[in-house]
Amino acid sequence: MFNNKVYHKIDALSGSVATLRAEGVKYNEIAEIESRAGTSLAQVIKLDGPNVTLQIFAGARGVDTAAKVRFLGETMKVPFSDALLGRAFTGAGVPRDGGPAIHENPSPIGQPSVNPAKRIMPNKMVRTNIPMIDLFNSLVKSQKLPIFAKAGEPYNELLARIALQADSDVIIIGGMGLKYDEYLKFRNTLDKSGALAKTVMFVHTAADPTVECMLVPDVSLAVAEKFALKGKDVLVLLTDMTSFADAMKEIAITMEQIPSNRGYPGDLYSQLASRYEKAVDFDGAGSITILAVTTMPGDDVTHPVPDNTGYITEGQFYLRNGRIEPFGSLSRLKQQVNKSTREDHRTVMDAMIKLYAQFKETVEKQSMGFKMSAWDQKLLKYGAAFEKGMMDLSVNIPLEEALDLGWKILADCFDKGEVGIPSKLSDKFWPKS
Amino acid sequence: MTTTGKIVAVNGNMITVAFDGAVAQNEVGYAVLGDKRLMAEIVRVRGTRCDMQVFDATTDLMVDDKVEFTGELLAAELGPGMLTQVYDGLQNPLAELAKEAGRISKDAEFFLQRGMYIPGLPRDRKWDFHPLAKVGDKVAAGDFLGWVTEGIFDEKTMPGHKIMVPFALRGMFTVKAIAPAGDYTVTEDIATLTDANGRDVKVQMMQRWPVKVPIKCFTERLEPTETLETTVRTIDTFFPVAVGGTYCIPGPFGAGKTVLQQTTARYAKIDVVISAACGERAGEVVETLKEFPEIKDPKTGQSLMKRTIIICNTSSMPVASREASVYTAVTLAEYFRQMGLNVLVLADSTSRWAQAMRELSGRLEEIPGEEAFPAYLESRIAAFYERAGRVKLRNGKMGSVTIGGTVSPAGGNFDEPVTQATLKVVGGFHGLSRARSDARRYPAIDPLDSWSHYPSVIEQDRVERARAILRKGNEVGQMMKVVGEEGTSLQDFTTYLKSEFLDAVYLQQNAFSESDATTPVERQRVMFDMVEKVLSSTFEFPEKDATRKFFMDLQQTFIDWNDKPFNSDEFNALKAELDRKVAEATDGR
Repeated sequence: MFNNKVYHKIDALSGSVATLRAEGVKYNEIAEIESRAGTSLAQVIKLDGPNVTLQIFAGARGVDTAAKVRFLGETMKVPFSDALLGRAFTGAGVPRDGGPAIHENPSPIGQPSVNPAKRIMPNKMVRTNIPMIDLFNSLVKSQKLPIFAKAGEPYNELLARIALQADSDVIIIGGMGLKYDEYLKFRNTLDKSGALAKTVMFVHTAADPTVECMLVPDVSLAVAEKFALKGKDVLVLLTDMTSFADAMKEIAITMEQIPSNRGYPGDLYSQLASRYEKAVDFDGAGSITILAVTTMPGDDVTHPVPDNTGYITEGQFYLRNGRIEPFGSLSRLKQQVNKSTREDHRTVMDAMIKLYAQFKETVEKQSMGFKMSAWDQKLLKYGAAFEKGMMDLSVNIPLEEALDLGWKILADCFDKGEVGIPSKLSDKFWPKS
Repeated sequence: MTTTGKIVAVNGNMITVAFDGAVAQNEVGYAVLGDKRLMAEIVRVRGTRCDMQVFDATTDLMVDDKVEFTGELLAAELGPGMLTQVYDGLQNPLAELAKEAGRISKDAEFFLQRGMYIPGLPRDRKWDFHPLAKVGDKVAAGDFLGWVTEGIFDEKTMPGHKIMVPFALRGMFTVKAIAPAGDYTVTEDIATLTDANGRDVKVQMMQRWPVKVPIKCFTERLEPTETLETTVRTIDTFFPVAVGGTYCIPGPFGAGKTVLQQTTARYAKIDVVISAACGERAGEVVETLKEFPEIKDPKTGQSLMKRTIIICNTSSMPVASREASVYTAVTLAEYFRQMGLNVLVLADSTSRWAQAMRELSGRLEEIPGEEAFPAYLESRIAAFYERAGRVKLRNGKMGSVTIGGTVSPAGGNFDEPVTQATLKVVGGFHGLSRARSDARRYPAIDPLDSWSHYPSVIEQDRVERARAILRKGNEVGQMMKVVGEEGTSLQDFTTYLKSEFLDAVYLQQNAFSESDATTPVERQRVMFDMVEKVLSSTFEFPEKDATRKFFMDLQQTFIDWNDKPFNSDEFNALKAELDRKVAEATDGR
């Protein structure tokens, strides 16, 4: 049954949602709305008897009750071809770089989940030459990892740096609620290094309609999936997922859904998960690795968005004061790769973090004006050396050098028996004075 | 006669259906979408309309589309062929789904296709049936009719996989006929039973059971008093789990819930493990899938996968089948329990299951309770954990189901509805703490907050003394933050170091070290003796730095000791060294 009928009467308008009476409409189908405000696509988000609820991508502002509504009989699709590379689009797939529109191979977005039985164990390390990542929380191909930061931290710079240094065939950038100059900065950074030619950008800026923000992850990931199935290793960078969640909240409240926590819909977890779980290493084809910025309102990690994200992703990086925090930052997949880098990798990693934790306690004591014991003095020296040698984001050294540096820092500050490392390793690696 | 209906509304994964005829709450129906049939379950009936949650995406469904009801509740298939399987929440074998999807196209093989369902038990496989019952025997539901060989159920290790009288049969039956030894598929008749009224019932090796109803074919429930050996020291010694007991592991993300569950699935001394990955990451399941076949079951020496079933409904899979997945898991567990086996169900995570209920409740527009969870959250959680237990079967054998569930509280705050509802009904609480995991103190089970009602592998008073030192050490540690080390007496300082020592060498366990990852009870006893010796000794060093140096050195030796295979020469040498170090430090002072 194909529906070519045009409807002329919208019964209700609220937020970006319109309701009208129509027949033979499929759930999630796309419609075209033509009104004084212009033409926009819309998606069916509810069917109730004869009443059809539509979410208008360009928002409902200026949409009149006599607007023309035509149902297209298919779900949201995104074109796919190599011509996408080097281009920038809006969340709805319209070119935003002045280039021609692309119509090849329209593929549906939001496709089913990957069969867990067809996944393979991620086991390839992605080297970034950032010691806080490579040594302490190695990034792994097909991993999904958020960067938690409060507003104002240089998260987009970090994303761009990882994009440039990490090895990948295709980069997809999904921008949500980006400031226009941030979008330009991304573009220029990638352009300067020549990486733009392997990049596709789907960008929703803060000035664009909310609904388009919600489409960005799905569109980005649908394209990533297509490239991955063609054998490409794809790195998807999403920023900022909190804007995406806020867009969902806005729509849910307009739809009068019962909110669960701070106004967010009850299915926030499932919604985020269905996007992040697109990260995959296809057996016999390519892979998708997802790095996503999640800004934490009020620097609060218990805020529903970072909280739900943390449960979904395979670890997280905390970016604080321009540095990747050693505490809380975690790559869950590091165990898959750091066993086969160098035999001392894990041990150095654990020992250095444990000592850094003790350093933090000592700093606390010191700030309260207590006398520092001989041990405290050692820890203080260690903490300073650790922060300078490892944590500073400007440090740019391969993993092996970082490990050697780790042993050197330990030996400069402690005796061999004090660092909690099994003797068989410290005998081998402890620098000879 | 089957009832049919028509869709009148679609909202997310919920459809409203106008039906004619009779339907039952929780009955399964299929929404017809072209050549696909989408499975759905009735969750509410109002007059001639019912609300159904669809176990697949509802995209493309239309008002007036047809719905066919089956007259059956959501059920699991029980019989030989379940072990080593990886199922989704509705018991579809995932590997078979991939194969079937591969027929559509090469790329399609990677994805879960909508409306594709495959029976949980292989239909074409033949099993070597050996009858146990004889013609004329009086039998009731759950009694053994025969057995087949399957995986771990071979002659050497464990008597066969028992074929039982279907649990749904009520009353006493007489065996009228039983199949001779031979190879049969799960759907072939293997016995004919006659009930008290002379009616005959044909029985096959496979039976179906509605997952949301507990199987109750036992004579009595017993108190769980025997410790379940997990070989995790903190658990077995301080916060034990009992065979047939329940426990929960709440913790913020990144605190190591899943690693702890996997360690337990690996090393626990138990017959069958059913691991339900409920709304969690797919990657973790893959890890289990690839690693388990390589690891040996500590009990039978065979591949660990042979004792394992994985129910895998990860976070991006349909939320309605996530809700069903924990029930499927516990139903399979109860089936094996009926054979007189000890079964461990690991549900990771129960919060995702609760959230699935919340999503459903929201779509039904029910009046929400705390944090928008439905008002029946507590009773559902309680009913789930109540399916655990140690039972005596009609034939005198004992069987058990132990349930361990992780909880993922929002913001890591335990004062939230799911954690609180769970704590009320479990026998053990392994609270994971962010502070411990940040300090890389794994397993991050908080030794001060956690508790267990079950018996430990070490005498209770000795455990209590050790815990007292942990508590005191923690107090001193807190105080030291305020008054500093110089304001702390040497005696208090020593207590603090003792508690840190206990933590470092006994509570912390390296899941990635071959020897340390698993500590059998025998070794735990030897280790605890040594730790206790240190804790109860009086050390009188002249000042704090010397005390610290001593403990650090001792700790180092102890950690080296943990790394050595039990009772090896190196193990014994290091034990002697530890003894000597402690003796020297206490001698003559």
